[in-house]
Amino acid sequence: MRRTFLSANPSVLWFLLALALVTLGVTVMAEAGTISTSFVKTLGKTLCLCLIAVAMDVVWGYCGILSLGHFAFFGIGGYAIGMWLMYARTEEIVALSLAAQALPPTAEEIRSAIGTQIFGVVGSSEFPLIWALADRPWLQLPMIVLLPGLLALVFGWLAFRSRVTGVYLSILTQAMTLALSLYLFQNDSGLRGNNGLSGLQNIPGLKGVGQDRISIWFFWGSAAALAVGYVFFAWIVSGKMGSVIRAIRDDEARVRFLGYHVESFKLFVFTVTAMVAGVAGALYYPQAGIINPAEIAPIASIYLAVWVAIGGRGRLYGAVIGAAFVSLLSSWFTGGGAPPVPIGFYTIHWTDWWLVLLGLSFVAVTLFFPKGIGGLFDLVQPRPVADRQGDYGPDAGAWRREEGEP
Amino acid sequence: MIRKLSVPTLPAVALLAAAGAALAQDCPIKVGVLHSLSGTMAISETTLKDTMLMLVAEQNAKGGLLGCDLEAVVVDPASDWPLFAEKARELLTVHEVDVIFGNWTSVSRKSVLPVIEELNGLLFYPVQYEGEESSKNVFYTGAAPNQQAIPAVDYFIEELGVEKFALLGTDYVYPRTTNNILQSYLQQKGIAAEDIFVNYTPFGHSDWATIVADVKALGADGKQVGVISTINGDANIGFYKELAAAGVSADDIPVVAFSVGEEELSGLDTSNLVGHLAAWNYFMSAETPENTAFIAAWHKYIGDEKRVTNDPMEAHYIGFNMWVNAVTSAGSTDVDAVRTAMYGQTFPNLTGGTAEMLTNHHLKKPVLIGEIRADGQFDIISKTEPVPGDAWTDFLPDSAVLTSDWKDLGCGMFNTETKTCVQIKSNY
Amino acid sequence: MLRAVLLALAALVWLPAAAVAEDLQTLLQAHKAEIEAPSRRSVGEVLDRLVASGLPGVPLFLERWQDKRVFLRASDGLFYYATPEGDGYLLTAVSDDRAAGTASRAEMTELRPNGGVRKAIADALVEFQLSDPDIGRRRSAVDAIARSGSANQLAPLRASIPTEPNPALKAAKERLADILAARFAPTADARVEAIANLGDDVSVDVRAVLNQILATTTGVARVLPEGANIARVLTPGSEALPVGTAYGLLVEAGLVPPVVGRDDIKAALVAHIEGGRVGGVAVEDLGSDAARLFAYAALADAGVVPPTLAPNEQDAALAAHVFYEEYVEPDPAISDAAGDALRAIETRVGAYQVADIILDALSLASIYFLAAIGLAITFGVMGVINMAHGEFIMMGAYTGYVVQQFVPGYTLSILVALPAAFAVTFTAGVAMERLVIRHLYHRPLETLLATFGISIGLQQLAKNIFGTQARPLTSPAWLDGALSINDVVSISYIRIAIFGLALMFLGLILFILKRTRLGLEMRAVTQNPGMAASVGINPDRINMLTFGLGSGIAGIAGVAIGLYAKVTSEMGADYIVQSFMTVVVGGVGNVWGALAGAALIGFLQKLIEWVNPSNTLAAQTYMILFIILFIQFRPKGIVALKGRAAGD
Repeated sequence: MRRTFLSANPSVLWFLLALALVTLGVTVMAEAGTISTSFVKTLGKTLCLCLIAVAMDVVWGYCGILSLGHFAFFGIGGYAIGMWLMYARTEEIVALSLAAQALPPTAEEIRSAIGTQIFGVVGSSEFPLIWALADRPWLQLPMIVLLPGLLALVFGWLAFRSRVTGVYLSILTQAMTLALSLYLFQNDSGLRGNNGLSGLQNIPGLKGVGQDRISIWFFWGSAAALAVGYVFFAWIVSGKMGSVIRAIRDDEARVRFLGYHVESFKLFVFTVTAMVAGVAGALYYPQAGIINPAEIAPIASIYLAVWVAIGGRGRLYGAVIGAAFVSLLSSWFTGGGAPPVPIGFYTIHWTDWWLVLLGLSFVAVTLFFPKGIGGLFDLVQPRPVADRQGDYGPDAGAWRREEGEP
Repeated sequence: MIRKLSVPTLPAVALLAAAGAALAQDCPIKVGVLHSLSGTMAISETTLKDTMLMLVAEQNAKGGLLGCDLEAVVVDPASDWPLFAEKARELLTVHEVDVIFGNWTSVSRKSVLPVIEELNGLLFYPVQYEGEESSKNVFYTGAAPNQQAIPAVDYFIEELGVEKFALLGTDYVYPRTTNNILQSYLQQKGIAAEDIFVNYTPFGHSDWATIVADVKALGADGKQVGVISTINGDANIGFYKELAAAGVSADDIPVVAFSVGEEELSGLDTSNLVGHLAAWNYFMSAETPENTAFIAAWHKYIGDEKRVTNDPMEAHYIGFNMWVNAVTSAGSTDVDAVRTAMYGQTFPNLTGGTAEMLTNHHLKKPVLIGEIRADGQFDIISKTEPVPGDAWTDFLPDSAVLTSDWKDLGCGMFNTETKTCVQIKSNY
Repeated sequence: MLRAVLLALAALVWLPAAAVAEDLQTLLQAHKAEIEAPSRRSVGEVLDRLVASGLPGVPLFLERWQDKRVFLRASDGLFYYATPEGDGYLLTAVSDDRAAGTASRAEMTELRPNGGVRKAIADALVEFQLSDPDIGRRRSAVDAIARSGSANQLAPLRASIPTEPNPALKAAKERLADILAARFAPTADARVEAIANLGDDVSVDVRAVLNQILATTTGVARVLPEGANIARVLTPGSEALPVGTAYGLLVEAGLVPPVVGRDDIKAALVAHIEGGRVGGVAVEDLGSDAARLFAYAALADAGVVPPTLAPNEQDAALAAHVFYEEYVEPDPAISDAAGDALRAIETRVGAYQVADIILDALSLASIYFLAAIGLAITFGVMGVINMAHGEFIMMGAYTGYVVQQFVPGYTLSILVALPAAFAVTFTAGVAMERLVIRHLYHRPLETLLATFGISIGLQQLAKNIFGTQARPLTSPAWLDGALSINDVVSISYIRIAIFGLALMFLGLILFILKRTRLGLEMRAVTQNPGMAASVGINPDRINMLTFGLGSGIAGIAGVAIGLYAKVTSEMGADYIVQSFMTVVVGGVGNVWGALAGAALIGFLQKLIEWVNPSNTLAAQTYMILFIILFIQFRPKGIVALKGRAAGD
């Protein structure tokens, strides 16, 4: 019997409803002034993190590729939009100041003045080749998805083709992020080295609009992107293709012998999730205001895996819950929000001990609660378990039975 | 109900009215402290947070400011540059602080700048930096390049007879810009381009053998070689260890560092480094009554006799006291009023003489050059006349025509050739 | 003749008189300002006066001045020698070094001559020290000459050679005399001979003196000047002389008018705006280079501005002149001799540089190997991903630091620290295996994440305990310094020690794996735990011990790395990715693989650094890119296991 997409995935409706309520609530409270602009920005950024966490869940929880490099794609998306934002904003400033000169400026003068403004802090004024499209948003903005997609395509093709799997692939993706962040750290990369791109919260053409307004617009944008992304991925993993993808996770060799071209499926998932990560990054960094290479250091991608694991792999809402919960909790703890705990001879300051707690809880989740927070929903409504007899396969150690999707 | 309440408060209101200025003031006056308490920058910045808390406590002990107590609002941006912007916004909009003391790295300052300018906040930035900036809302109490790098290079050329320079730096904006300025300055001084060797290494670099060997080989054409080091943080440890191992003495190849102070040397055995140099506006070994008192107060506050003091701490000390005096003379903590009152403020340096706040938001203060001693302190061997901090360097063609004067010109980026204000807001 | 005799007589009478009349303190007081705050450029005069006075106390004064042991007393304005005692100083008089009472710290100001002045003082001291009975003084005199190298030092240096008792110092003096003679000997023959004596010495000072002899200046003329000692003729447009520079030389020599650039045109146009028009063009139309050039040409035609130069005129001017480099040294015989000597030396320097790079690469490879060998056991042999491996390295280094706080003497403390670090990390490794990893065998991805959790926890814990500031881990004095074969090839002893340590562990681990029962059982459990268990091996125990061994070695690596670099809470993170790369590139499951991987990565990194010396960061990026590509083509690493052991 064929069921409709939504009836097969009731969680999608619930998720969209919850997201809409959160968006509405935040909007009302921001208008009323109960929550500050900086908190709206934090929430907007958290939504972007949720989006990349959903992508990560698809690639890891459903397809079984533990990518420790998805933040690289997130960062590339941020850099792609950042170049345009920076160029356009500087152009406004430069045009204004050059208009005051005795002679009307030549095109080259304008460009070199913009170059001086952007690269002055790193001691240069030349535009590197990489900025060639920055002055044309209709060419630059597609790069938000095209660049991560292309990188993922090339990298994935090379890796999957030579059958690099498991932990090797994880380490390789980690090396990719490390190489990218080291490359961006260099001044010679043409993206302002360690300084990165800054002032991204100022949107060109919106000079008179205050940050309180812009922040709420970005919040809406992030919420919309998360909604679309969630439905898109829910659709991908629920159909026939979803079954193949999960099968690859459970036993790649068997799927291959059944005649499926495993590499293509993996490559598709890897590339699409990379593109969505790029979109998430492009929405995130204008809210953060600055992007620099430290953002895509390997540790960031590992944290991404942490969120998904704590939220619960193999269910999309788990990834969203994990990302939102851990990142908000983290900023609450490190922001000094948590009260210090005196234990007699020593007082625990959470700014110092939060990472220790996170590390330990992470070990605990992997050891004792492999279903993560999302697993709590099973207590309310147990998932139907497929009526399968015997073991899943020869790899005795796997917990596929316990974690497996029906 | 209203009546009941207002009757007993009447005398208080009368008292307040009599107090005049204090009436207009919201008590307490809030001082934001924006220094990383966790992450990579924590060690440097935590010290500054403690310095600020000490200064605020001292001021409260003296009776506060404008009849109010001062309250320090401490937030932790966790060495995460985007978080700096977020926390700055939180300080200004949620806590509504009157002034912020904070930041260490240039990138964190660049991250905070748009927020401070948008919300018209006031930031005191205490660390030596690369210049090329003058924001309406920032007072730079650390050294600009002409207050640290240029005098150090002059010292190299004049006093040590250095003819060939190795500019070694960590790959980020401060060394890049400083080295650019120095390259241009050295060439104006008649040093040929091929006599300037530039190398950049990553943060925390540890494998220095090849670079030290390269520097040693520079002496092969018979010129006196000197190293200008803008190497930052941990990487210095490996660098100095390799220098010592390679037997490079200060007599053969002197090294002057701009990011190495008392704090950094505490992670090293300095007996092999005696005679190498550092340039700052402050050294803990300065022998003045003010400095002795400051060190004593610091040791008392922190409860550890071994803790060292350093240049950015002095910068906060001067900046905070100038701000207090400016608020007193302006009679309010309103940012624009305080800003105007800041110009021309003077306050005694810890190393003797007085510092003066200029209209380009930089300080005028003397430059010291110190030689490393075996005990990890510095022997001050040179002290210049007070040098006015220059926001825009005179040694890069694009910047040479720019000047900053917020008092008369009302512009931080004024082109003296075309007589126009290039822009009011800063580059970031 | 008579005049000479009279002068000599007068000198004889006057000199002792002066000595009697002047005492050192008085002389110093006469130059008080300069002695208090000396400068390299002006101190020479004072030094000359002091030396010329011939007072017996002068050498001692100069030595103490150099060592920052001369003080000025505020109350009487006199100079004293002072040694700290208790809260104050013990004073002695400068004139005769006799006790002169005590003083408090507050009233004494230390004189601090800067590095340049100290060098000048050392030069002035040379004449007193060259034949001093104390070998330390003679050495410092030789060092001072080597640093300054001026003409008037040649004669006294040569005079001191025959009486030099120490053979090593005598050789140094002779070599130094040759170096000085190459530049300052009076006759050309003597200089050529001195250059020949220098032979093919690759030391920096020999190359320095040859390069100084070979210094050139760039010149330009219509025809090559006669009689000049020409080094070479330059062609404009070549690498040594770009067209722009060549034309700049012509402009400098006043032979041609300067090029009118964009900015000049703009400035000229702005200066000649009249009624909104310039050169017949409306100002608002001047928004392009073509329009500006057109307007400028109109102005030039009107004769108000200098005309621009056509490119062919520029080429013609360049062709009409000859550019050359001319030796400062006028005698071709000397410059030829020096040139030949330098060429021979440069060839050898090139070869030595390659040797030095190879040494550096070996050293780097041994560090990577040491960092990765523990991982080669846990990851390679057991198949367990331990992301906390870097933190075990860190724990080892901090153990070393803590041991140094309690154990006196650096040698002893290192000897204690190595086994202590092993014990600490062995225990930590066993604990981690028992508590976490044991439950996660066969789930490699989960192991990765759980150990990562432990890694961030441990890192933060280290920060909370030790702070983020780097901690000192000091090597014993006998590991200070470097083994220098010559000025080009040298390697610090600490790196040699690390190399030795790496070799030792390679041997030790091979021995354990191949020759001991434990090793046999390890290999058995690795290949087939079920079968191993059924023949009586306890796989739990073996896994625990293997993991402990790998972790313990990481701890020892931590001590070694801390000795040569730094001890911080983040040092482990610096090595973890590198270590995984080493193991993966080398080939998993094999100690030889880790060795091959470390060697490949170390050599590759040095090679890239050598090609691109100004950017070390780029070297790391390219290396990782190379590794990613390498794994594409050899997914199983350099030393791949074959057959059943490969596991698939």
